[in-house]
Amino acid sequence: MNLITNLMPAGAEIFLLVMVSVILIADLLIKQSGRLVTYMLVQLTLLGCSLLTVGTHENGVIHAFNNMYVDDLMSDVLKLLTYLAMSMVLVYSRQYLTVRGLFSGEFMALALFAMLGMMVMISANHFLTLYLGLELLSLSLYAMVALQRDSAVATEAAMKYFILGALASGLLLYGMSMLYGATGSLELGAVANAIQSGTADKNLLVFGLVFVVSGLAFKLGVVPFHMWVPDVYHGAPTAMTMLIGSAPKLAAFAFVARILVEGLQPLVQHWSGMLIILAIASMALGNITAIAQTNLKRMLAYSTIAHMGFMLLGLLSGGIEGYGAAMFYTVIYVLMSLGAFGMIMLLSREGFEADTINDFKGLNQRSPWLAFLMLLLMFSMAGVPPTVGFYAKFSVLNAVVQTGHIWLAVVAVLFSLIGAFYYLRIVKLMYFDTPESHTPIAVGSDAVLLLSINSLGVLLLGLLPGALMSVCAVAVQQSLLLH
Amino acid sequence: MIFGLPVISVAIWLPIIFGILVLATGDDKNAPLARILALVGSILGFLVTIPLYTGFAHDTSQMQFVELHNWIARFNIHYHLGVDGISVLFILLTSFFTPIVVLAGWQVIEKRVAQYMAAFLIMSGVMIGVFAALDAILFYVFWEAMLIPMFLIIGIWGGQNRVYAAVKFFLYTLLGSLLMLVALIYLYNQSGGSFSILDFHHVALPMSAQVLIFIAFFFAFAVKVPMFPVHTWLPDAHVEAPTGGSVILAAIMLKVGAYGFLRFSLPIVPDASHKLAGMMIALSLIAVVYIGLVALIQSDMKKLVAYSSISHMGFVTLGIFIFNAYGMEGALLQMISHGFVSGALFLCVGVLYDRMHSRNIADYGGVANRMPVFAAFFMLFAMANSGLPGTSGFVGEFTVILGAMKANFWYAFAAATTLVFGAAYTLWMYKRVIFGAVANPHVAELTDMNLREKTIFTILAITVLGMGLYPLPFSEIMHASVNDLLVHVAHSKLP
Repeated sequence: MNLITNLMPAGAEIFLLVMVSVILIADLLIKQSGRLVTYMLVQLTLLGCSLLTVGTHENGVIHAFNNMYVDDLMSDVLKLLTYLAMSMVLVYSRQYLTVRGLFSGEFMALALFAMLGMMVMISANHFLTLYLGLELLSLSLYAMVALQRDSAVATEAAMKYFILGALASGLLLYGMSMLYGATGSLELGAVANAIQSGTADKNLLVFGLVFVVSGLAFKLGVVPFHMWVPDVYHGAPTAMTMLIGSAPKLAAFAFVARILVEGLQPLVQHWSGMLIILAIASMALGNITAIAQTNLKRMLAYSTIAHMGFMLLGLLSGGIEGYGAAMFYTVIYVLMSLGAFGMIMLLSREGFEADTINDFKGLNQRSPWLAFLMLLLMFSMAGVPPTVGFYAKFSVLNAVVQTGHIWLAVVAVLFSLIGAFYYLRIVKLMYFDTPESHTPIAVGSDAVLLLSINSLGVLLLGLLPGALMSVCAVAVQQSLLLH
Repeated sequence: MIFGLPVISVAIWLPIIFGILVLATGDDKNAPLARILALVGSILGFLVTIPLYTGFAHDTSQMQFVELHNWIARFNIHYHLGVDGISVLFILLTSFFTPIVVLAGWQVIEKRVAQYMAAFLIMSGVMIGVFAALDAILFYVFWEAMLIPMFLIIGIWGGQNRVYAAVKFFLYTLLGSLLMLVALIYLYNQSGGSFSILDFHHVALPMSAQVLIFIAFFFAFAVKVPMFPVHTWLPDAHVEAPTGGSVILAAIMLKVGAYGFLRFSLPIVPDASHKLAGMMIALSLIAVVYIGLVALIQSDMKKLVAYSSISHMGFVTLGIFIFNAYGMEGALLQMISHGFVSGALFLCVGVLYDRMHSRNIADYGGVANRMPVFAAFFMLFAMANSGLPGTSGFVGEFTVILGAMKANFWYAFAAATTLVFGAAYTLWMYKRVIFGAVANPHVAELTDMNLREKTIFTILAITVLGMGLYPLPFSEIMHASVNDLLVHVAHSKLP
């Protein structure tokens, strides 16, 4: 294979790396007032990446770099969505960061490095590549959380995130080393074949699997490995919270799917049992604890835990239905969480964070349009039709029922009911209560426009969810199930 | 199709589009425009449903005015609409009441007028969707979407304790709906990948599965009816809702639950329905008798009418679960009649409340001296509520009692007590509010109804009397469908 064809599948990543380097250097020459130039350059980079990803797409599964890297439909779809999510994060957070003096070249470079990490995770076909992508993402995020260095909470959050993240990485590596010891390979396909052939030591495999699943659970933030999520979501500047809570979930989905479904499929009966416990515990703790939160960012953190638990239900159900549902759920979750954090940033202003739920009191009187957009997002998170959140829950439930675990579906809907309460409370505050402050909401028009598209998208996708569902189903079918 | 237009789709989407237009009029500076636009939209919404009645073929139980389009191909979900003799009248009832609630809120609602009117218009379209949907997921989407505007109506424009009532209403109904969703997904997998309700009717199911599905449906529909013991949200919601909200809740939303039993529980799980009919009849009779007694001691007019609604809906579920033609047709007639009568009673309470801002019976007395026209209308609706022959209330109750008599004498006996209790609580309330000497200076200042209110009440009075004297136009339309349903339910679906 010649060099160019080998590099093609990673074309977007290479382009991105070059561009980050260029941006890092170019930014040195730009004054703070001209920071918009860097911002535009970043957005153009994202556009370039999308064009490259679409342009280098080929049917089927392409392996590169001695099978360490894979380019398939799932990776391309997830990468495109990652670019979109990152681009939205930047639009939402521009004003927020500017008034806080955080709108710097470092922020944008770190964001792009984090995205590079996500792309590597999405396309990895080898334990080492996976780990490399994960660490690139994590290290960038640790630094971003700590970017607001005069804030004690942000620094504390960064510290917690770093220590627990490092621990999780350690667990993951330890598990991977055991799998390597048992199978003699680090490449996902070879690992699966080795386990399938039955020559590998079963005890060692299952032992390794426990560590790998724990590490993954840490990264996903599911119970009982969720401790870092609320503190980090709460402590980090909202723009960083939004970044952590959105695009990386797509990468995390790919990460989990590649390891468990591609690499450890022969151990499915072992890991699906573990995932059931993780999923139920996450839905229970996430939904119940979220009720007690008065800080919206913390509430959304617990809601994330619950949503990730729900997503795991799809994964453990297996098959095109299950994996497709899990992917669809993740994509929809990212869309909703972008909108929700975008709303918090929109209502924030200099020296004021609109992150307690009381800041939403009487929003309908201050701005009916923003209240309506938030209403759509909240009902979507609660899974009430005609918003798309319903179809996300629906497709997962369908997968669960198909495997015959009807009790699991009933447990899931009961916890969704509990979850509906705290989303409903936000709607209640916005519509039924009188505002505490009458400060006019001054926001950039680009962010409002984007938020409108984002929230109406939640409604529109709810009316016509078919296309996106099919894309997810076809993507997982071509990528995870054909070999 | 009428003039090449899909009638049901127009009936669903026209009010919703008008609702969005009304929302677009913005804040309360444009309130008059919002009101007029809402009235036009709701009247048009009613007019477009008339072809459903005039063009309806009486001699078939097949679905009519069917629209079938692909919607979500991946799950074989269709945009599938149609009506039969069971659903067509509810669609008309829904569109009939929308202009009435728009008129009822004409002056009283002063804040956020556009949002109020829009909520009712959108809800009207969504409720028609519930009655017309023939695809389970389409049904579920409409079913849940109904909650959002009602939640806002109670919570924004309701009374003192509105937030509690709104949240209780939402969570209660959501619990039932979510269990139903699991049942629907299960049926989808059992039916070989179809979400068509009509396909569900032919899926063979073992008894254990049937019972579980019945229970899931029971939670969804019984909460909406509401049946004893899951009725407790209704008095709260009714008392706190604005008049228009109460009217829609009583006239239409309660019917959605009973409709669900007829469209889902009975035909999909007939064996479980027969097996659990005893429980359903017992719960219905408890509702009729016990809730009737509870209504007797209420001191709040709205609460009294709310409890009376629960008691009357007990008749409906009784009629459904005795499995004979009288019972089922009686249940349907009772649903229609109860829609008119309870809607009218809530409007009566609304008329008083708008003037006095009190729902307490004790605050009134001698209203007839100041509001004679109102007293006359109120009398008619109170009589209808107690089931006086010649009013619509009599037709349904009498037919259900006939059906119950065929099933078991004691069912009929217990059900017939409502004629006593119903008369007692309604007329006693009427006496305390309307008759006697003028009780206090506030009553002395009352003014009689204006033209707008007279128009609303005249229309309702004509309907109530008309249905009472000549119920044939209502009953003949449902014969074929009811008979077909009874035949279907009589066949076991056990594999």
